[in-house]
Amino acid sequence: MIETLLEPFGYAFFVKGVVVATLAGALCGLVGVYVVLRGMSYIGHGLSHAIFGGFAASSVIGLNYVLGAGIWGFASALAINRVSRAHRIGADAAIGVITTASFALGVALLTVFGNRGPSFDAALFGSIIGISTGDVWTLVAVSALTVAVVLTRYRALLFATFDPEVADVSGVRVARTDALLMLVLSLAILATLSIIGVTLVAATLVIPAVVARMLTHRFATMLWLSSAIGALCGLVGMNLSYHLDVPSGTTIVLTGATVFALVLMATGGRGLQRAPRAAVL
Amino acid sequence: MGTVNEPLVRLDSVELSYDGAPVLAGVDLTLRAGDFVGVVGPSGAGKTTLLRLALGTLRPTTGRVERARGLRVGYVPQLETVSWSFPVTVAECVLMVRSDRWLPWATRAERRAVTEVLDRLGIAHLADRHIRELSGGQQQRMFLARALLRDPQLLLLDEPTSGIDVATRHEMLHLLGHLHDDGMTILLTTHDLNGVAAHVPDLVAMNGTVLRRGAPADVMTPTVLEQTFGAPMDVLEHLGMPVVLDRKRHPRRPVVEAP
Repeated sequence: MIETLLEPFGYAFFVKGVVVATLAGALCGLVGVYVVLRGMSYIGHGLSHAIFGGFAASSVIGLNYVLGAGIWGFASALAINRVSRAHRIGADAAIGVITTASFALGVALLTVFGNRGPSFDAALFGSIIGISTGDVWTLVAVSALTVAVVLTRYRALLFATFDPEVADVSGVRVARTDALLMLVLSLAILATLSIIGVTLVAATLVIPAVVARMLTHRFATMLWLSSAIGALCGLVGMNLSYHLDVPSGTTIVLTGATVFALVLMATGGRGLQRAPRAAVL
Repeated sequence: MGTVNEPLVRLDSVELSYDGAPVLAGVDLTLRAGDFVGVVGPSGAGKTTLLRLALGTLRPTTGRVERARGLRVGYVPQLETVSWSFPVTVAECVLMVRSDRWLPWATRAERRAVTEVLDRLGIAHLADRHIRELSGGQQQRMFLARALLRDPQLLLLDEPTSGIDVATRHEMLHLLGHLHDDGMTILLTTHDLNGVAAHVPDLVAMNGTVLRRGAPADVMTPTVLEQTFGAPMDVLEHLGMPVVLDRKRHPRRPVVEAP
């Protein structure tokens, strides 16, 4: 049994895959806290699709796909944030319009001009063997940047997430803080796409944060707990991917879904319920 | 706190429209250091809009809003607008306002300042509670503590007496009275006519524009109230203070059912 479990660790590609999946899970768990608390859980799903459009466009014009998809994803994230903050239409509608249009454009570009870049199957579903050294370094750099942003802009990010209007009049540059978060989110999705895949990355943003929310009512605790849960899902999911011979993205997400179900049963969804209003005489 | 009588915020011929629909028109209002002003009016009268203009989060469609240079404003939002399931404790919520620090953890001085302001408002023992676990009055005090931690020159409160019981409403207004006595300039909006008549020295009646400003005895008159709320109201005097009676709840003639 133990030998069977340890067997894949004899392969260098698997060790690299486990390290990357664990780090990707932690990164998505960390960023996902802000996504969930801002009520923009659908944004991960939408942004990953938007970034797919960026992949396609980069491929067609011969631009580095990390740079091209990154710029594309960041622009989409800013557009979504701007539209949803304006309250004219909801964030869900903004995401629906902007990102699906971007995804559709990507598919159209690939159909017309053909694929000249990386494997788009891997981009859609994630791949254990599709991880290059460049992917590893990209993920390490994005993770370091994200941790630095969360640490140095902790209070501004928290205030702008909890109460943007009061934050704005209390000296927080909310628009700039939102843009910084959207940049980090876009980079996190971009850096984890190759292992988790476009279609599944949203779940890795949302599930760890939701599980952490059920376990704590402290923001700081939620941040590290969500990161730890994301890392655990990445580690376990990658091992399952090898043993079950299914794409890594699916096993990582299914592991997260199992953790979610267990914690939901144990806590009854504490922390996810809407607050009762204070009694009024 | 600013020199007494120094203008902190001045609204000059302000008009504001949302999507072409006028919300405020011809608003002239000056808030001076040391003022304690309560704004009353019906729902949709533009009270919150007026507050946001003073805050600077809204710009007038026409007219001018001037604020004193470097004015520090503390803002207490309506409880209805708060996300109560957000994972923060009382202390974390209060400390948010010190967002200029670049590291997440609080310094010893910051922890002491948070404890002091919570203690001043009588909720220091709730510092580690989740914000949802507080009563309406405690939630108002928490946001007041957050506003005070900025050491503001001007305190703006949007409906600080809504969502809380009568006794807590009076406690809240007493508390604001003490802050005013200490030199704080305060502007609040409210639906609690009798509460502000008893506790706030300077009232503004508005409905799309400022209809009357003055002492409670000058604003809480049947004429001004009917003009403001569009319904007749009776005003009695009790212990030298006006008491407003809603005629719908207190009909002058008893209703006699037909035999």
